[in-house]
Amino acid sequence: MSEEREGGAGQVKRFMIVNRKAPYGTIYALESLEVVLIGAAFDQDVSLVFLDDGVYQLKKGQRTQGIGQKNFSSTYRALADYDVEKLYVERESLEARGLTVDDLLVPVEVLGSAELGALMERQDVVLAF
Amino acid sequence: MKFGILVNEGPYQHQASDSAYQFAVAALAKGHGIYRVFFYNDGVNNANKLTEPPQDDRNVTRQWSALAAAHDIDLVVCVAAALRRGIKNELLAPGFHISGLGQLIQAGIEADRLVVFGD
Repeated sequence: MSEEREGGAGQVKRFMIVNRKAPYGTIYALESLEVVLIGAAFDQDVSLVFLDDGVYQLKKGQRTQGIGQKNFSSTYRALADYDVEKLYVERESLEARGLTVDDLLVPVEVLGSAELGALMERQDVVLAF
Repeated sequence: MKFGILVNEGPYQHQASDSAYQFAVAALAKGHGIYRVFFYNDGVNNANKLTEPPQDDRNVTRQWSALAAAHDIDLVVCVAAALRRGIKNELLAPGFHISGLGQLIQAGIEADRLVVFGD
């Protein structure tokens, strides 16, 4: 189920990190990002999915002063610097929350749940948070 | 088949660690291998040797330690997640050790399947 990339020194697998939770309230979003960054540091083919309340992780204008927590949303903008450029958002989750791509911090590809399911099937590793 | 296992929830509050343990036992019974069990998020609390449930309940931490000893399984606790929650070397039950998230990525690369147990 894995494949050696042409010219690559090590083995490269397709890692998909699925984010399902709101950015604050639980630690899942923050610790998921740490996995993404390490996956990228290991030169893996890393993609991110945002669905359910996970779409809020990408919402513009996050302000966390009132809850006394670190605002880590700028990290999503920095992902491109780590060559993490495949960000997928589930259309149904976005629409159910009255959001559009204009509300999001970074460019994403919007996919329906069926398309997303097909994409998940092509991964080697799916990590859901 | 060679399995990697990721445990993202602590013991007792959540069934994830129990389910992961049962999965590992069943996989081994079928002749599969466990490449590594990685503990992340609140899952790092599974490594706490001070855990002391009532006597008529299972001891989740001790179950993992026993499984690791019997089958030489690598139980890895994420260092960043552990430090956040006060899980340090002196608190680790037998068989557990602290290392980096790279060990999770490595498990994803090396195992045939990486199975996630979480919320």
